[in-house]
Amino acid sequence: MPSPRYWREKPSRYRLDAARCNACGSVMFPRRAICSQCRGTELEPFQLSRNGKVITSTVVHVPPGEFLMEAPYAMAVVETPEGARLMVQVVDCDPAKVGPGMDVSLEFRLIRKEGHGGILCYGHKGVPVG
Amino acid sequence: MREVAIVGAGMTRFGELWQSSLRDLFVEAAAAALQSAGADHVDSIFVGNMSGGQFVGQEHLGPLMADHLGMAGVAAARVESACASGGAALGLGFMAVASGFADVVLAAGVEKMTDGADVTNVLASAADQENEVYHGITFPGLYAMIARAHMQTKGTTEEDLAWVSVKNHKHGAMNPKAQFRTEVTVDQVLKSSMVAEPLRLLHCSPVSDGAAAVLLCPLDQASKYTDKPVKLIGSGMATSSMALADRKDPATLDAVALSAERAYKMAGMTPNDVQVAEVHDCFAIAEICCVEALGLVAAGQGAKAAASGCTALGGRIPVNTSGGLKSKGHPVGATGVAQAIEIFEQLRGEAGERQVDGARVGLSQNMGGSGASSVVHIYEGVR
Repeated sequence: MPSPRYWREKPSRYRLDAARCNACGSVMFPRRAICSQCRGTELEPFQLSRNGKVITSTVVHVPPGEFLMEAPYAMAVVETPEGARLMVQVVDCDPAKVGPGMDVSLEFRLIRKEGHGGILCYGHKGVPVG
Repeated sequence: MREVAIVGAGMTRFGELWQSSLRDLFVEAAAAALQSAGADHVDSIFVGNMSGGQFVGQEHLGPLMADHLGMAGVAAARVESACASGGAALGLGFMAVASGFADVVLAAGVEKMTDGADVTNVLASAADQENEVYHGITFPGLYAMIARAHMQTKGTTEEDLAWVSVKNHKHGAMNPKAQFRTEVTVDQVLKSSMVAEPLRLLHCSPVSDGAAAVLLCPLDQASKYTDKPVKLIGSGMATSSMALADRKDPATLDAVALSAERAYKMAGMTPNDVQVAEVHDCFAIAEICCVEALGLVAAGQGAKAAASGCTALGGRIPVNTSGGLKSKGHPVGATGVAQAIEIFEQLRGEAGERQVDGARVGLSQNMGGSGASSVVHIYEGVR
């Protein structure tokens, strides 16, 4: 991944920067230029809470090459209290236990390593709470 | 708008066709389509293809394929909508003929997937790279999440999923073009290796090479090419949010319902008029979601439709008589056009052992990504 492509995405990956539409109140993550619901263009930036609930999930047994050493691992769509939904890996638990309704905190972690001296790529992963 | 007919069709066998290149596959299917109609010229060629660039490093397929068909000079371009590329090419061919822009159009699809590319990564490029794939999700993983949401909210079971594969393999065993001409049992499906929970290997369509092509012309010129044209009476395309996370209900495929609504409206038909359908079963859960979204079965009945025999040959509404993507194979760019060919043969009464008796109205539905794009076509036989 060339570094500008990675650098551009840092606001959403590092800070969970989202946006709320001033016209209809819809929440978008990551930020967008145009509201996906009403096409409004006045979007207020804000940061998502670092927790949420699993909406749906899977356990990936056949991974992409970059994630070979991690399989099997759980992936989930997580909804934050603001109503934004994120695709995240869920870690520090038995992947088989991850399922709809589970509460997770969103923690800053290493996501992947680019090969041949490339950059370390960070973002958020879900960790079960309670 | 002019009435549009399909007057010829040709396709390769689907499978791991190591002796054939991307262009070989296209030429075999396209030449067969032209020959079946006795056509010696076309005005335009639309080549459905998801990713010649990533699979074999070849872009610019319009001129490449026109050239190798001995037709350099003809207007030709590649059409891409991930796994719905073939359906999108057919839709554009329909538009070109219906509008009067062209008289004779070749709508084709082709994909060469077994030349050594990292297929998992190439297919994942149909998902949202920055927000989904970055975090480690795969394509089967996205459909697995759809399946788990369906199981959670609608009570669908792993056995229901298995029955879709069992039914489609049974159909595919009768199709000489199919990649897998073998039947499977529920037990075999449920014991196959796990890909992304709850989807197992035998819930997933395979990696395939293949091509398919149909020849379109105005209905009032069809008699020049065939005495058994099939009318293309409805064409609808729709999109939905790219990322699965952005769908209110991950178990509902909005683009499928919307594309169907548009096609039914144009055709002046309802789901009850459809007698045979080819539906995008890239993973078993997709067929369950799609038969409901298309209105072929009532809401909530999708899960049991395969197990009950409703969507099997001999049932109320046979779905995927070709074997579907699961058994026939899924060379992604070719799939949408191959679906059209199965319906073309069914409505001409030429489907052999797989024939649905007396079928006059058929439907095909082709989907891209995890349901972010969908194309539906409706056909009527002229017999």
